[in-house]
Amino acid sequence: MKYEPVIGLEVHVQLNTASKIFCGCSTRFGDEPNANTCPICVGMPGVLPVLNREVVEKAVRAAVATNCEVAPYSRWARKNYFYPDLPKGYQISMYELPLAVGGRLEVVVDGKPKTLRIHRIHMEEDAGKLVHGENLGDPAHSYVDLNRAGVPLIEIVSEADMRSSAEAKAYMEKLKSILEYLEVSDCNMEEGSMRVDVNISVRPAGQEKFGTRAEVKNMNSFRNMQKAIEYEMARQSELLDEGGRVVQESRLWDANRNVTVSMRSKEEAHDYRYFPEPDLVPLLVGAEWVERAKKSLPELPDAKRQRFVSSYSIPLYDAEVLTADKPVADYFERTVQAGADPKTASNWIMTEILRVLKERGSELGRPPISPEMLAELLKMIRDGVISGKMAKDVFAEMEATGKNPADVVREKGLVQISDESAIEKSIDEILAANPEQVAGYKGGKTKLMGFFVGEVMKATKGKANPAVVNKILSKKLSS
Amino acid sequence: MTAASDFSGDTAASLSRRISSGETSSVNAVQKALERIARLEPRIKAFIKVENDDALEEARRADERIAKGERLPLLGVPVAVKDNMLMENRVATCASKILENFRAPYSATAVKKLRAAGAVILGKTNMDEFAMGSSTENSAFGPTRNPWNVETVPGGSSGGSAAAVAAGYCPISLGSDTGGSIRQPAAFCGVVGLKPTYGRVSRFGLVAFASSLDQIGPFGKTVEDVALAMNAIGGYDKMDSTSVDRPMPDLSEALKKDVKNFVVGLPREYFVEGVAPEVRKAVQGAADALAREGARIEEISLPHTEYAIAVYYVIATAEASSNLARYDGVKYGHRSGGGEGLEGMYSFSRTEGFGPEVRRRIMLGTYVLSSGYYDAYYLKAQKVRTLILNDFREAFKKCRVILTPTTPTPPFKFGEKTADPLQMYLSDIFTISTNLAGIPGICVPGGLSSEGLPIGVQMMAGHFDEESLITAAAAYERTRSFPSPKI
Ligand SMILES: [Zn+2]
Repeated sequence: MKYEPVIGLEVHVQLNTASKIFCGCSTRFGDEPNANTCPICVGMPGVLPVLNREVVEKAVRAAVATNCEVAPYSRWARKNYFYPDLPKGYQISMYELPLAVGGRLEVVVDGKPKTLRIHRIHMEEDAGKLVHGENLGDPAHSYVDLNRAGVPLIEIVSEADMRSSAEAKAYMEKLKSILEYLEVSDCNMEEGSMRVDVNISVRPAGQEKFGTRAEVKNMNSFRNMQKAIEYEMARQSELLDEGGRVVQESRLWDANRNVTVSMRSKEEAHDYRYFPEPDLVPLLVGAEWVERAKKSLPELPDAKRQRFVSSYSIPLYDAEVLTADKPVADYFERTVQAGADPKTASNWIMTEILRVLKERGSELGRPPISPEMLAELLKMIRDGVISGKMAKDVFAEMEATGKNPADVVREKGLVQISDESAIEKSIDEILAANPEQVAGYKGGKTKLMGFFVGEVMKATKGKANPAVVNKILSKKLSS
Repeated sequence: MTAASDFSGDTAASLSRRISSGETSSVNAVQKALERIARLEPRIKAFIKVENDDALEEARRADERIAKGERLPLLGVPVAVKDNMLMENRVATCASKILENFRAPYSATAVKKLRAAGAVILGKTNMDEFAMGSSTENSAFGPTRNPWNVETVPGGSSGGSAAAVAAGYCPISLGSDTGGSIRQPAAFCGVVGLKPTYGRVSRFGLVAFASSLDQIGPFGKTVEDVALAMNAIGGYDKMDSTSVDRPMPDLSEALKKDVKNFVVGLPREYFVEGVAPEVRKAVQGAADALAREGARIEEISLPHTEYAIAVYYVIATAEASSNLARYDGVKYGHRSGGGEGLEGMYSFSRTEGFGPEVRRRIMLGTYVLSSGYYDAYYLKAQKVRTLILNDFREAFKKCRVILTPTTPTPPFKFGEKTADPLQMYLSDIFTISTNLAGIPGICVPGGLSSEGLPIGVQMMAGHFDEESLITAAAAYERTRSFPSPKI
């Protein structure tokens, strides 16, 4: 039978505040274990949480930017469970009255626009992490690092609107893009500052009613998320085809084996005993606050994409790629402002600059190639100083050394020969040396044009301006 | 009364004046206190830990400050603090085995404020484990005995702090009150005890029992001493989000006012079957005294009173089950060597570390929050809590203070109620409503029973109206004399 998947996503995003949500400890990643802790985030007796206002500011921005309705009255709740990385034995979260509800993201999948709804957004504190003894100390023991305990998170819960892994990916990409534009999170999946759990069920195509869902956790990249969704689709469909039943359970993605594995059913027995957090007063976010957040929003990806198309006359596809990452979009605009032609700049950024980024995994500010340098390089092509082919070599040199394109061109003697008399002299020599080919060409073998161009380039060590070479050759051979 | 030089009969107000004037010294006062403690503690057991050296050192420093001309309301005055309030580097056991060797990494705000007012802390007092109980019989380190009669309980859970003041160890102590844990032991030990408005005193550094009900408050021999201590510990604290940002009035001023034009309400629901005749008589006596001072006495109704105990035991245990989850043997406190794996460590550590009453309440609270039961218990209890609060709101439209018994009976004997938890719970029947409503309540000694045991009367006032409470309590106090126990 043909099945359709029904997918919902729960995304945890770490907000990039300087300090934790309920105490003054630093949120820095990678410090010595337990260096960033205090009695409050360690859960000492008698401590009380004090809400970090910046967390609410950032969460409200995220809610507003994803078209959510911010609740004027929301309330903290305790989620109770025992685990060594949870020092108080409960996590302060929000339950019945979350910060925001009812948002949506607009995505394009296979060229078709689609609206994917957001169910709710709430704030909560992160737990610490367990370090098992194999890597440190006694292998028979586990150690607790509470640096992450109390780091602020928002949980963004989607509606079950997605019908393919591609739609799930588009949702994640759009969400990540927006949060990065807002500068509220690093959205780094490897470091865990963005985490996704997938709720997925399948149903026979055309059926209204949802099937039984499984929750899949532990995917540290969009790619793994897509693979996990596809694996689950296949697993559940097969199960149903064989007359089996899907069990409602949590499953872990095993990236080494490319399968999802059932977590012990004990996990399912959790009753979190949520109740309102008595140590914190209800949270009141007034209409003014929401208005202020709306006004302070930066230009978001969708708006920027439209503007790129209309202001720079670049194709929608280019605009989509360029605006997915704010630093890339900024890079593009600065390149154009520095005098580059928008479409040429777009081509170079989508190929060379994104490649460099991917290879180095570094921030755009860090590669030695500034937008101004790229614009200068593109101007040299436009003005015929160098050829497009030479430009690739110059770019490689710029990438390696961080030098200006003009310096690279000068040092390597790469300046293109556009001087017609010099090129004509070279062409005359070549035509004289190859009378057979000239006769052949004149006899109708026009394909020999490539041969002549190649010879000229060889003779000029590739420096001849191809346009000029073509022009003179055509003239000479047709006479 | 003992001689003037023996501070055990002296009030904090008087002692502070005498220390500041040079008539005596803090070292002298603290030394006398420590001597008295050494002599009487084997019988009373009010303290879990007395810090002799630290107290004397602090007293020496207080004397130096006085010599330099410094003046503070409680400078050099010895005090005691319940063992569920943290003091940096000192034990904070909560009378529980699970925290037996726990040393506090920081100090509670109330403790800091008390010290900032100049007080010298003698040590940490005994209590029911995690403040759960009404007799101190639930202390893992043995019960405190009532200075009036060592066969009877001092009340609880702040029994140690009440007994410390009654025994003349120190004029002031701090307790905490979740459902009557200051006022009930104050009644049983014949001292004054104040539970402030919820949000008046910071809970930061108070080991939580039931977060929405817990408040720290003072004990004293006199209303004036309680007012002085309250002046010291009250006020907003940014470390406690539930503390309320409003100015703390000078309660010494309230002492001087009279009760003319006060309407004093007597809620008929508090004079029901089960209230001992001697207790009724004491409350009636207080009403008559206030009437003579110019107050008008009126019968009022608090119709939802009968639900208070049920509501309390749902909400308090629910919050406690969550608050006490952190004692898991992972980070600090007792960790059992028995049990297999993580689950084993948890269940053995907690079973060994917690006493039976704490375990009972954790189970009760876990149950009422469980899925399928939440609406029927916790949610319903919260709704009734609102009704109880509304009862008081209505009442305080008509009257300034409400006068009731503190407890249904005079102090009971050890073991009398331990077999039946419900009987024990009922001893808080008149004190619980104020915690549910968040209003302040005070207990003032109202006389002695035929067996020579103290009986307390309770007064309540509207939110943040500690002033009326102090005015009424002081007015009543002036009309009568009350003895000290003969130990
Ligand atoms: Zn911290």
